[in-house]
Amino acid sequence: MTDGTPRTLFDKIWDAHVVERMEDGTCLVYIDRHLVHEVTSPQAFEGLRQSGRRVRRPDATIAVVDHNVPTDADRAVRIREEDSRIQVETLEANVREFGVPYFPIADVRQGIVHIIGPEQGISLPGMTIVCGDSHTSTHGAVGALAFGIGTSEVEHVLATQTLLQRPAKNMLVRVEGALPFGTSAKDMMLAIIGHIGTAGGNGHVIEYAGEAVRALDMAGRMTICNMSIEAGARAGLIAPDDTTFNWIRGRPFAPSGEAFDRAVEYWRTLSSDPGALYDHTAVLQAADIAPMVTWGTSPEAVTTITGAVPNPDEVADEARRAQMRRMLDYMALAPGQKMEEIAIDAVFIGSCTNGRLEDIRAAAKVVAGRHVASGVRAMVVPGSGVVKQQAEAEGLDQLFKEAGFEWREAGCSMCLGMNPDKLRPGERCASTSNRNFEGRQGPGGRTHLLSPAMAAAAAVTGRLTDVRQFG
Amino acid sequence: MKPFTTLTAIAAPLPLANVDTDKLIPSRFLKTIKRSGLGKNLLDPLRFDADGREIPDFVLNREPYRRAEILIAFENFGCGSSREHAPWALLDFGITCVIAPDFADIFYNNCFKNGILPIALPRVVCEQLMQDAAMGENARLTVDLQRQIVVRPNGEEISFDIDPFRKHLLLNGLDDIGQTMQRAPAIDAFEARERALLPWMPPITV
Ligand code: SF4
Repeated sequence: MTDGTPRTLFDKIWDAHVVERMEDGTCLVYIDRHLVHEVTSPQAFEGLRQSGRRVRRPDATIAVVDHNVPTDADRAVRIREEDSRIQVETLEANVREFGVPYFPIADVRQGIVHIIGPEQGISLPGMTIVCGDSHTSTHGAVGALAFGIGTSEVEHVLATQTLLQRPAKNMLVRVEGALPFGTSAKDMMLAIIGHIGTAGGNGHVIEYAGEAVRALDMAGRMTICNMSIEAGARAGLIAPDDTTFNWIRGRPFAPSGEAFDRAVEYWRTLSSDPGALYDHTAVLQAADIAPMVTWGTSPEAVTTITGAVPNPDEVADEARRAQMRRMLDYMALAPGQKMEEIAIDAVFIGSCTNGRLEDIRAAAKVVAGRHVASGVRAMVVPGSGVVKQQAEAEGLDQLFKEAGFEWREAGCSMCLGMNPDKLRPGERCASTSNRNFEGRQGPGGRTHLLSPAMAAAAAVTGRLTDVRQFG
Repeated sequence: MKPFTTLTAIAAPLPLANVDTDKLIPSRFLKTIKRSGLGKNLLDPLRFDADGREIPDFVLNREPYRRAEILIAFENFGCGSSREHAPWALLDFGITCVIAPDFADIFYNNCFKNGILPIALPRVVCEQLMQDAAMGENARLTVDLQRQIVVRPNGEEISFDIDPFRKHLLLNGLDDIGQTMQRAPAIDAFEARERALLPWMPPITV
């Protein structure tokens, strides 16, 4: 399959998974891991049932509930909302019928599908990984080709363990230098999206490289790859290295002993060859990155915390100007308003972007010894039962509760308005999630995306706040 | 799946860029376990006010656009979540063709799986079609997939690109799972090869 031409990491993983290449370039691609959740799978299982098909590789499939599940303590006993309960029960019936491995609500391993994959060692370098969810790009942080698919494709993978796909184009985003004080992977990614735009990655797989990316821990790398989809890309990728291998070692579903060593030997071949060609390259200087926060209803509508709401009148393109006006109208913000003066009603720390232990620790550092501002509703929602357990072992739950935060059970929670954790119309939220679309956190809700530390700072002061002033 | 061959229909102009899937069908409507019935909430945030009343001047609430089968929009259509509920909602409303300068990848793929034809045409062309569409009833567009053309009301033909494999599936209304199942021997062979090459790859059992 290779003729000695230098290949990118994407090319290598892709080539290693092509079952058949059709005349027009479409490939039948083998899928190593398929993650399934309750929202995008019922119609797929229904399709299998109707056509008398079975799941080809239950041993390469894992199911979990996350989007719909409430995050209060008695949820394992009772889900009040009927539609949600039906979706959860439907998944449970389907995994039983088709023999698919499943982490139920009461299992400590339950959590957001993109948190639990890497956490359990289910998502490993060099694999192809899919899930009926766009943020599957998260798993690219371990050096896997991971992307979101639609429900028809979920059915296709369940039935055949393959997908029909055309190869993506290659894009390289290199971040040079070291991230400055007070910034994190989230700020880096928001800066990247601000730089290349929400359609900048369309049709591409983005490989992230450069000193600032290499220096990130696995949680940070997952934050970056997670939001690749917000840059329009199909997937994000980071070449696996010792940081990756050390992190994977000992995880429940990862190979162990001699098998682990053999795996690492193979994983070390997974990096782009020198001279490999990319269709696009973007280079950013880490030193230019400051704590970031969005002001609009698109992730590219982003500025630094010390910045101000932009003025649509200063934009030449008419369509863009109209879009900005609509955003400001929805967000109830005025041009020129200082970001730091925007008061918030709610704070959400969690989601597959920032629901890992490292994120919760970063927020805890800011919160320690302080209290949530009066009138602000603030919540921490660990990304998985395991994250929750680890955080509690470090006493972080106590710290947050004493500071006036709610400390909840794992799930997607207020990242999207599908479970009881929702914004009310007009409420403004500092959120560590990934999408600030109109109504994303509940109809009429207003979302400002930012890092966990920035969210914690906002909780304490009651307005968007530069976390650097907390030293 | 219904084959897509030619379509002559009313086109609704939606002059917005970045129409995301949360807008096409907000997450609170995703709790269904069926594919049908989502059309009534297509573009819900634009169609209805906070009390659930129709917003009278929104295009899909006006005649003749309630009967539109083609939608014309601007850049980056279908961005955001991978929910296939977005094309299901379009289909359930009756829209089987979307024309825009470009589309988000997953949405684009999902269209084909549901018999919807997404057509990417340059911005200037979309603007012209938007003007045609604004004329309503008397300005139907024709989409001919076989010939890969859109015919404007004035008779002008605009050709578009589509990948031949997808065209074939759409023209014949073919289910691609059935097609792939026929390649089972190749999949078996691949699995045997991967097992030999990467014997450490662990199975998932709980
Ligand atoms: S946390 Fe949010 S973005 Fe992530 S899977 Fe859940 S709903 Fe999707």
